[in-house]
Amino acid sequence: MVIERIEAKLPGAILDRHAFRGDATITVSGPRFLEVVDFIFAEGFQLLLDVTAVDQGPAAGSGGACGETPEYRFEVVYHLLNLVNQERLRIKVPVADGASQPSLTGRFKSADWAEREVYDLFGIPFEGHPNLTRLLMWEDFPGHPLRKDFPLDGGDVFCSQDIGASFDPEARSLNA
Amino acid sequence: MADLRLDDSVMTTRLDSVVNWARKNSLWPLPFGTACCAIEFMSMMASRYDFSRFGAEALRFSPRQSDMLLVLGTVTNKQAPVLRQIYAQMAEPKWVVAVGVCASSGGMYRTYATLQGIDRVVPVDVYVPGCPPRPETMIYGVMELQKKISRESLSMRKEHIERFYASLARQEELQKARGLSSYQVVREMVLEAGAQGEQQIW
Repeated sequence: MVIERIEAKLPGAILDRHAFRGDATITVSGPRFLEVVDFIFAEGFQLLLDVTAVDQGPAAGSGGACGETPEYRFEVVYHLLNLVNQERLRIKVPVADGASQPSLTGRFKSADWAEREVYDLFGIPFEGHPNLTRLLMWEDFPGHPLRKDFPLDGGDVFCSQDIGASFDPEARSLNA
Repeated sequence: MADLRLDDSVMTTRLDSVVNWARKNSLWPLPFGTACCAIEFMSMMASRYDFSRFGAEALRFSPRQSDMLLVLGTVTNKQAPVLRQIYAQMAEPKWVVAVGVCASSGGMYRTYATLQGIDRVVPVDVYVPGCPPRPETMIYGVMELQKKISRESLSMRKEHIERFYASLARQEELQKARGLSSYQVVREMVLEAGAQGEQQIW
């Protein structure tokens, strides 16, 4: 298993791990992320399938009750495939609100558009990206739509007409 | 030589009726296919439903050569200025059919990304409901458009289209004045119209 090999080679880099029937997942601390990528690239994980992110809500990182609010607002998630033995690995990296994440475009060509998409929708900047512009929304679009504090309708009056489904962080259900 | 009687060879009618009869039976469709409605449209054009029976056989993929815009599918806010430009480029007189609920009202996509009905940005003549509508439904929609065309007067569409061109000029003006992209300008025009209780920007 690749997780054991990473742990043996880079002790302390893995904050959290999970593996169940081939969905190997590790959480890696931000400062040691590039070390881990270099190591698993040499191991054969040479195909970056996807880069995505999770927004854990604007309250994350602000302290709060222990175990209720996550320590970091964002989690950037990388999906990799080992082309030699078809092993898959998911790497999660916690990123604080406003912090940036190192770009993997030097290592993987496929990181280019995927990182632009994450930047576009979550507003997480990728350091060292050759062309960090919006991919899906237009250049002067206000805000990052997949952030939890972005209103579902984007302030569109036609969307919010006659429907109680606009985003309200207090009432977490639709049609409340 | 046989006797020629005047009422055998001459018919009196209104110019409107003759011109409209020609127009409604020679529609040149331009498919603006963005989603699954375009797949149903293929079926409508193919031999089973055979749309050419209605005189709209000559499909053109250039707006300059067509006069019936069929909007087949979801139109996003990013596509709204593209749709407006395509509509502006079409030969006059021109008609628009909003096919499917997405084009008609945004459908199930009540989000920041989707235009809540193309009638916010271009004039629409016929709305065809369905998700996607069956080919028969689309054909019925076009038949309704034919009925509508036959009722029109020749000058009626002038005012309609003038209003659209005025809104297009305003869009360009705003774009120059505020240095925004065309997407953002159309979006802001739509939001502004909505805040004032209007349903469209043209």
